[in-house]
Parts: sequence; structure tokens; C-alpha cells
Amino acid sequence: MLPYVFRRLLQAIPILLAVAALIFVLFSVIPGNFATSQMADGRSNIDAATIERMNQQFGLNDPLPLRFAKYVGGLATFDLGDSFRTRQPVTTLIGERLWPSLQLALAAMAFAIVIGVPLGFFAALKPGSWVDMLSMVFAVSGLSLPMFWLGLLLMYAFALTLNWFPSFGYGDGDPRYIVLPAIALGVSPLALLARTARAAVLEIMHADFVRTARAKGASAYRVMRWHVARNALVIVLTTLGLQFGSVLGQAVVVEKLFAWPGLGSLLVDSVTWRDIPAVQGCILTIVLFFLVVNIAVDVLCAVVDPRIKYS
Amino acid sequence: MLKKLAFTTALTFAAAFTLQAQAQEPRRGGTIRFTAPYGASFVSNDSHVSNQIQDEIYGYALHGMLYKWDAKNGKPVLDIAESVQVSADGKTYTYKLRDNALFHNGRKLTSDDVIWSYTRIMDGSKNYPGARYVARIVGATEVQKGQAKEISGLKKIDDSSFSMTLTDKANPGYFLFQAQTAILPAKEAQAAGFFDKPIGLGPFKFVEHVPGSRMAFERWDKYYLAGKPYADKLVISPMGEAAARDVAFRNKEVDVSILGSTQYVAYKADPNLSKGILEVAEVFTRNMGMNPTFKPFSDKRVRQAINYAIDSDLIIKRLVRDKAYRAASWLPLSSPAFDKDAKPYAFDPEKAKKLLVEAGYPDGFEFEWTATPNESWGVPIVEATIPMLAKVGIKVKVKPVETSALGGVVVGGDFQAYIWSNTSGPDSLTALKCFHSSTPRSSCNYTTFKNPAYDKLIDDASNEADPAKQLDLLKKANAMLQEEAPVWFFNYNKAVMAYQPWLHGLQPNSTELALQRYEELWVDTTSPAAK
Repeated sequence: MLPYVFRRLLQAIPILLAVAALIFVLFSVIPGNFATSQMADGRSNIDAATIERMNQQFGLNDPLPLRFAKYVGGLATFDLGDSFRTRQPVTTLIGERLWPSLQLALAAMAFAIVIGVPLGFFAALKPGSWVDMLSMVFAVSGLSLPMFWLGLLLMYAFALTLNWFPSFGYGDGDPRYIVLPAIALGVSPLALLARTARAAVLEIMHADFVRTARAKGASAYRVMRWHVARNALVIVLTTLGLQFGSVLGQAVVVEKLFAWPGLGSLLVDSVTWRDIPAVQGCILTIVLFFLVVNIAVDVLCAVVDPRIKYS
Repeated sequence: MLKKLAFTTALTFAAAFTLQAQAQEPRRGGTIRFTAPYGASFVSNDSHVSNQIQDEIYGYALHGMLYKWDAKNGKPVLDIAESVQVSADGKTYTYKLRDNALFHNGRKLTSDDVIWSYTRIMDGSKNYPGARYVARIVGATEVQKGQAKEISGLKKIDDSSFSMTLTDKANPGYFLFQAQTAILPAKEAQAAGFFDKPIGLGPFKFVEHVPGSRMAFERWDKYYLAGKPYADKLVISPMGEAAARDVAFRNKEVDVSILGSTQYVAYKADPNLSKGILEVAEVFTRNMGMNPTFKPFSDKRVRQAINYAIDSDLIIKRLVRDKAYRAASWLPLSSPAFDKDAKPYAFDPEKAKKLLVEAGYPDGFEFEWTATPNESWGVPIVEATIPMLAKVGIKVKVKPVETSALGGVVVGGDFQAYIWSNTSGPDSLTALKCFHSSTPRSSCNYTTFKNPAYDKLIDDASNEADPAKQLDLLKKANAMLQEEAPVWFFNYNKAVMAYQPWLHGLQPNSTELALQRYEELWVDTTSPAAK
């Protein structure tokens, strides 16, 4: 198993480099740079000499391959460079924001798993029943609802109308602050998990080995627990990994809406101001998180289903 | 009997007056919960690093500057200095610092701190945005270029006084009141980790910064204005999303919210929310700049025709929802040089057609209009003008750009026309100098406007010692701009802030409504954060 994990981690390196290269190319193609973005508010007139000095200071006058080579050289020593905007190391900025983002991602996935997986299982047990119909309507709605709009609805319902939760902010360890952003972020993976769980259970319930188990007189509980649930779990886990990995990227909208101090709000501001090192740092962190979560899920799948062998 | 009645009436009035006075008496204590609406976070704890209003919002709490903006009277006044003497040529200013101005560590402010702060801002290797202001001090650009280590125009006289010589005759109050030019404690600020918990001279002490969530402060008891600030605490939350701000405001979680045009309409229509709205004409002029290198725009009559062809009032009413004031010329309503009798271009398509015929464009022409997605001065506005301009034969091709790219496009001259919101104050002379032929496009003469008569008016105004005569010259220059129409004069921004009934002391700051002097604010006992 360990060589497999090590190999997967090594495979992540070219992916990270490709992402870094893509961001470099994108930011060199799109109009505007950090110096000119400073004028966006219409109040800051920046003369040509200042723009030139800034471009020089941040190395923006260097050829793209040279800039990329320098960046990759920095990556080798875990140096993501300094933010153009804040003049601080990008690693420091990410360090400040990572934990709140992880908190939000974990809370959102916990919400999605606790509700989504049982919902899918129960729906599959009685296909075509009102429970099944209702849960699938909920699942489809969850997938279709734009996160921003859902977040606003939650704010209006649970903050403004019912006054159960604060509408924004991080709080000082008060768990009430995370509830609404976690729900807004968790509804989409919840819906997908519910649909996946339902489909997996339905498929496995009609498998030959399940029929055989029933024919051998195994109890309904035993069939569900040992034959259906365990096999369905591998499929659910795979979906879970993909969702968990991408939830950090999806959090951008929710974090900005709820003033949650995660990577998302840093990323949005950095893109606006063409702060290339900060954008790269944020995206690489999100990609790395995605890769690590998926490796972890692959390992977990092997634990759940011993038939899966990694070599 | 009559005497008794008169006495009773007088007593009643006196009692009522006393009660009213008590109601208006600032109350000490409580927390002010402010919002910073221009982004999802603050850039840095170092106010010299950022040129964003978002960071000025906290800078006004933490720092003292040489000047501050007196919103009520619309002019700069001394902040950390108690007096100033101006030389006969109007270029050298000698300041006496306040004796009671103390940094948040209790150390007294000295002239070394001022000189060090301005020298730091001019560090050429750092490109601090405030350098464009400090550069107006003699010798500052030499420091920026690495040719000198000290700004020759700054001379320490003693610990509490210094002189400052400017490169040209100007009122430094107009450019040394921003937090980008904050005065930092010279010795302490050079220590490692200073900006993790910065100190300044402002009314509030730094407590914590949770990046992307909030910045918290507490009252500085030794602030130089006795009895101020009133509030115990100040919490500023960056909230870039207008809809989220709206919910938080309605839910009474924040004390203020800057409103966009949609919310402005909703708040005005609400019987309760409409009671707490502060409006001000900010020093921003929304305009369409025309590039004279594009042949039709080199003709004044074409530029005037565009001003006549667009029904600006209709657009302001329908699209901007009356959250703007119609522009007559460049200088905004809050400018002392604004001519109250000036009439904006009337909506007159026939006159526009006539002018186009005279200019040699009887069949009109087509031009490319660069615009950002901004709802108040971007693509939606351009789209509204398209049918109006089409009626006089002018076709428009929209060229969308991202907001952060517009500056680069305009400064590079890569446009036929653009729509933007540009600062047009608070200093009228500085604002009008943007149209002087000696001002390069990269500074602010974006339309490369050139008119010798206009230049002369501005030069005369620059050299005029008598403020009344200078004002007269500036009014003439502003009127000439209207006649020359280098831009389509669209509107002046009407900034709108919603505030809770318990918050008092807000100031109608025309330089930027979101910038408040927090020492003037106080909350009454009805605030949820009154304790």
C-alpha cells in the first residue's frame, strides 16, 4: 500500500506543475496586470513610471519561461513567492486561511454524508415509494440550486426570519456561525451522494450474490449490512472522494457570501487584483487537497473492500 | 394669569429642549459594527501597502495622518499637527505637532516619526501607493530613485516641529489625509513583527485581524481629542457582497451598509429603513472619454453631439435608479468650484444631428466603446445609449473588458471611447489639471485633451494667491470643459449609506462615504451592542 501511496503522490507533481503553467499562461494572456488593476477604482492615477517600476519589482517584465522557471524553483523549496498585494509570503496567507476553509469543507461534507447517504439507502429500499420520490426531488433540487442563491435563501430564512443563526462572519469559536455556510456548501454533495447511494444500492440489491444470500436464508438485516451496504459503500466512497476534493474549490462562492475567512475569499480578491502568486498558491493548494483526498479515498476503498488490490 | 401661562410654556419648552439635548448627547461605550464593502478582505495590516478604500476604512481607526478630511465643511484640516505656518510663496509649510498625540504604546509623536514615515513611503524598491502624494515634497522622488536617502524638503526643527517644502504651490491637506500616508512610529515600525499587531495614532487600538472576516479595535483612551472616541470597541467586517450586507443590516448584525442602486430603491420605499439613509454627492464623475486620435472625436462638434444625443436623465432615472446626480461638467456638486447655475447638456437629438452634419458626418459613424460590467458605469449604461446614438446615426460596438483591466487599456490609449468613474476631487485644481495639456495620459489626461486657453486658465489658477480669484478661474475652466466636451458628462456618484437608528455622528464625507471619522461615532442604548 505504501509504495502505491508514494507513487500516487509522485504523480501529483506533474499535475501541480501543469496547473501552475496553465495559470501562468492564462494570466499572461488576459488583459491587465497588478499595476494597472490598482487604477480600477478610478481614483488612483498611476503614472507610466510607477507602472514600470511595479512591473520590474514583481518581475513582470521578465519573459514568461524565466518567470515560470523561477516559480518552479521556488516550489521545490515550498516557496510560493510573495503576494503582490500584501507583500507577504503566499505560504503565510494560505496558512492563515487554510484552517477555516478546512473547517467549512469538513462541516459541509459531514452534513452531506450524515443526511445524503442514509437518504439514498432508504430511498433504494422502497423504490417508487413517496420516501424515494421525495428524497430524489430533494436530491435533484440540491444539485440544481445555485449555491449563491441557496446561501441567500438560508440567510433570509434562518438568520433574518427565524433568527437562529448569524448571517455572516467567523465568530469566536461559536459553532452557530458555520451552520449556514456549511449547509449552503453541503447541499450539492449531499444530493449527489444520495443519488449515488440510491443507484448503488438498487444495483447491488439485484446482484446474483444478494439473491444467493437471500436463498441461503440470510436475514434481511444481514443481507443489507454485509452484502448490499458494504459493496455499495465502495461506490459511495469514490463519489465522496471526488466531492470532498472539490468542495474546497466550490467554497469560493460561499465563503465570499458569508464573509468566511477561507481560501475562497483570498482567491477572489487575488484574481480581481491580478495577484498571480496568491492565485497560484490558492489554486495549487486546492488541487493538492483534491489529490490527497482522492488518494486517501482509494486507500479507504481497499480497506472496505479487500478485493481491491493496489500494486 | 398670562404671566403664569407664559412661565409654564417657557418651562415646557426648556424641558423639551433639555430632553432633546440629552438625547443628542454622545454616549460613551458600546461597539460600533462597521462594514467594509469593497472586497472580501483587507489587504494588509500595513496601511502604506494598499491604495484600496477597503484598507482606508480601517486606516481611519488605527492611524493619524498629517491632515484629516472635515466632511461637514468639505475641506482638509490638521490632524496630528496643531498649527501650520505657510511661507509667502505658498510652498513651505512649517508644522507644530500636537503635544498630546501619543502612539498606542504611549510614546509621544515626534517629527522624526513623520519624516521617517514619509521617507518609508518613498522607498523605490517597495512602490508604496502613497508615494504619488509624498512625491510632491521636494527631494522625495530622489529618494524613490535611490539618489538620496533623505527627503530634502523635510526638515526637522525640533522634536515637535518640522518644515515641508513642496515642488509646486499646493495645499498639502488635499493629498496627505489618506491612510496611505499614515504616520507610523519610526523605531517600533522597524521591529520584526510590528505589523502583526500594528500601532498608530488613531482613535482606536488594534486588537485582532481575522483575515477575510473582521478587524477589531478598542478605544484608545489617550487619544488627543479629549473624551473621544465614544465607543469602547469597533469591529469592521469586510463584506463585498451587497446581498449579504443587506441581510446582515436588516438582521441588525451591522450598523451601516453602503447601498447599491437596487437596494437604494428598496430602502427608500421601506418606511423604517428609509429613516436611516445618508446620501452624499461623492467626488466621482462618471463619463465616456473620447480618444481624439479617432478622427470623429477630434472634432468638438462630434463630442458635443454625443452629449446632446444621449438622454442622461432618463438613464439615471431608469437604470441608475436616481442613485446619481446629473453631471453638467467635470467638477462635482460638492466641489467649491461647481457652478450651481450651469445647465447640463439638454437631450436634443435634432441639435446632435445638426452638429454631426456641420462636422462632416451627416450619415454618422461607428465607434468602439470599451466598458466594464459595472452596473452604474459599464456595459448596461452603454447598451442603454445605443438606441439613442443610433437615432442620430452613430453606431456603437461594445468592447467589454474586466474592471481590473480598464485602467491599463485607457492608460495605453488602446481605445476609441471608454466609460469610467473617475475622481474629480476633492481638490478642484488637481481635478481640473487632469485636462491640462502638460498632463500625460498615463497620469490622468486620459483623453489627451489639449486647449491653450484652458491651459492658461489652469496655470493662472495655480499661481493665484487670492482664493476667491482662484475659484473664479477654476469655474471658468470647468465651464470651458463643458463647452469642449472631451467626455460625455454622465453623472456624479450619489453615495448612499444605510445606518441603524442607534448609530450617531455619521459624516457626509464626499471623498468617500464609507470613510468615517470613528471618533465622532457613538451608539445609543438601543444598539444590540450597546454594552
